[in-house]
Amino acid sequence: MSDGAIILTIGVGTYLLRLSFIGILGNHTMPDWAMVPLRFVAPAVLAALVAPAVLLREGVVDLSPATNPRALAALVALLIAWKTKNVGAVIVAGMAVVWLLQALL
Amino acid sequence: MIGVIPFGLVFGIVAAGSTIGPWLGGSTSVIMFAGAAQLATLQLMDAGVAGAVVIATALVINARHVMYSAALAPHFQEFPAIARFTLPYVLTDQAFAVSIVRYGEVTDPVYKQWYFTGAALTLWIVWQISTVVGIVLGAQVPASWSLDFAIPLVFLVLLVPAIKSRPELIAAVVGGGIAVAAAGAPYGLGLMIGAISGVIAGVIAQRVIR
Repeated sequence: MSDGAIILTIGVGTYLLRLSFIGILGNHTMPDWAMVPLRFVAPAVLAALVAPAVLLREGVVDLSPATNPRALAALVALLIAWKTKNVGAVIVAGMAVVWLLQALL
Repeated sequence: MIGVIPFGLVFGIVAAGSTIGPWLGGSTSVIMFAGAAQLATLQLMDAGVAGAVVIATALVINARHVMYSAALAPHFQEFPAIARFTLPYVLTDQAFAVSIVRYGEVTDPVYKQWYFTGAALTLWIVWQISTVVGIVLGAQVPASWSLDFAIPLVFLVLLVPAIKSRPELIAAVVGGGIAVAAAGAPYGLGLMIGAISGVIAGVIAQRVIR
């Protein structure tokens, strides 16, 4: 499957997910057993994207600021994200911590 | 809204450095128009993950849109058919969030339709422009700047407000923990295994806590 075909499939699939209930006429409500898991998709997926990217170095958990500055930088970024919810501030602060640690250690 | 610009810039920069090339990577901004799924798609493709797994992972990430679709459906029922079938293309987290609040205060379907259209289209235009600017900037950024670290930072900013109560926190902790443990899983399935474990943990936690 070519990269273009993969992207197109995801695009069509995403449109259909968005259309789903809007596309059906009449008053259909979603059963609870289907609605409840959807609530947890965002936190579960986002954490599954973040954690390996910041905690692992060459496939092994590494929390040392000297060899894996990303772990400490992510912790700082997490605190800023929690306090400000400002995307720009979080990216700038997170990157600054990584650069600082790379330069110092 | 403000957050869309740095997010789009980061995405464009990532697309610029992607193995599939900046413009095919950037085309996802039009074809998918879903930032988190776009970043994950490029990340998985760069890692050489099989197409079926890339598709499944991206669609799991976007599954939350079904929830938005269900919440908006009673309002969209009153719109003309053409609007009902075109507007879902521009349905995003942010467009949903602002519209559903406004829909609690107004009843006029014409107003509702144009409110959503205005909010969603503005986001679409800003997203496309910041993607292109990011691609252009990305071509000048040396790898030593570790700009790929901006990807988890963006996800982190999205993650924090998604944790609204304890079950969501448990979903995130389990999702992240299992994704780390399963990082070596074959076919690049680690992310999906983590995500599904997190969802299951959240559902169980909600039952237990309630």
